[in-house]
Amino acid sequence: MAATVTDPELPMVTLAELGILREVRETCDGVEVTITPTYSGCPAMESIRADLLRALHRAGYENARVNTLLAPAWTTDWISESGKAKLFAAGISPPGPAPRRTTGPVPLRLGLRDEPIACPRCGEPDTERLAAFGATACRELRRCPACREPFEHVKEI
Amino acid sequence: MSFDDAYQALTDHADDARWAYGTGFADPLAGVPTALPDGVDGADLAAYCLMLGDDALIMSHRLQQWVTRAPELEDEMAIANIALDLLGQARLLLTRAGEAEGAGRDEDDLAYRRDAADFRHVRLAEVGDGDFGHLIARLLVFATWRLALLDRLAASHDPVLAAIGAKGVKEVAYHREYAAGWTVRLGDGTSLSHERMQAGLDAVWPLTGELFVPHPVEQRLTGVAVDPASARPEFDAVLAEVLRVATLDGPTAETITAHGRDGDHGVELPGILAELQGLARATPGGVW
Repeated sequence: MAATVTDPELPMVTLAELGILREVRETCDGVEVTITPTYSGCPAMESIRADLLRALHRAGYENARVNTLLAPAWTTDWISESGKAKLFAAGISPPGPAPRRTTGPVPLRLGLRDEPIACPRCGEPDTERLAAFGATACRELRRCPACREPFEHVKEI
Repeated sequence: MSFDDAYQALTDHADDARWAYGTGFADPLAGVPTALPDGVDGADLAAYCLMLGDDALIMSHRLQQWVTRAPELEDEMAIANIALDLLGQARLLLTRAGEAEGAGRDEDDLAYRRDAADFRHVRLAEVGDGDFGHLIARLLVFATWRLALLDRLAASHDPVLAAIGAKGVKEVAYHREYAAGWTVRLGDGTSLSHERMQAGLDAVWPLTGELFVPHPVEQRLTGVAVDPASARPEFDAVLAEVLRVATLDGPTAETITAHGRDGDHGVELPGILAELQGLARATPGGVW
């Protein structure tokens, strides 16, 4: 039941597909759900918590608890293949692999990115970034040079 | 929920007291274990969480003041997003400070019901921005410094601070990238943009000295707090690279006059707090 709850900002995907839902455990007196925030300031977290509790109450779990797990920090690598496919189908470009760093300081990027990002509307393989920050914390705004349409891309973190 | 009427769509929640999410919600650390690590002094840990939390809270407020004043819509969104990330970090850190203190204060008590002298942020977070070049210079310095601190904080013995650090690194890396990108555009732009970007840097630079001086609280919290002096080489290297690409001159003067960590703030703080706290103090417990 918890796995069917969708994201309030991206209603085409479930919390499980986004990797926000980390664990669901039946306890002796009810059910315990663990979620992890995407961004520290994500204002949807309380909505997500309320949606989960509502779904579990509807499913007959009177005693449901939602825990927050901060570590390990959420990464877009946890978005499932089906989640990425649904984002793409909705015109939102899904994230590529998140940057990995084993040692040393966070590398400084001055406007260069490693992987080209394809247009989710026409398939043009490379597109340009309009702004690093979009309508929500997790997305950036891009534009396709072929079909000229703007679109959103889920940032790799 | 009906979408025929935009206002109704926001308010028509039969089982929900909020008119939009993000309002009236409590405890960002709900369900996170709250125990203190062995051998850590609660008062020191609380003081340290306030330092990092107040930096984020006050910087976030200053950034929010730029909304409706930024040069382009994309920058409005960027600045608001950065402010939101920092506000989220502030909420986690103030909540942790309240837990470590053990006196029953929550994030709202600490954000809304503290006076100016009880804030622990560095002066850099608080100063106003004369123009966009000044803002970008301040954000570049702040984000470069904070990124280096949070990256080290991810190895803290306090599991909550370590988690906040690891999470924050991902966010502040974007803040630094944004500020560095604009520094290069303005510095390597027209003669006027170059001049104003340089003026912004020159104005901000004297405040950097305070950023790397270890506070007694940080010194006592070995293994839990980050020694800010350890972040200096990374900070200097990043700044040098950005300024080189931006064709800007490196900093000249450096002074250490501010003691924000001890509650010694500038004349602008009471005005900031009046704006930040006014509504919450006028309507205690108000939810909207």
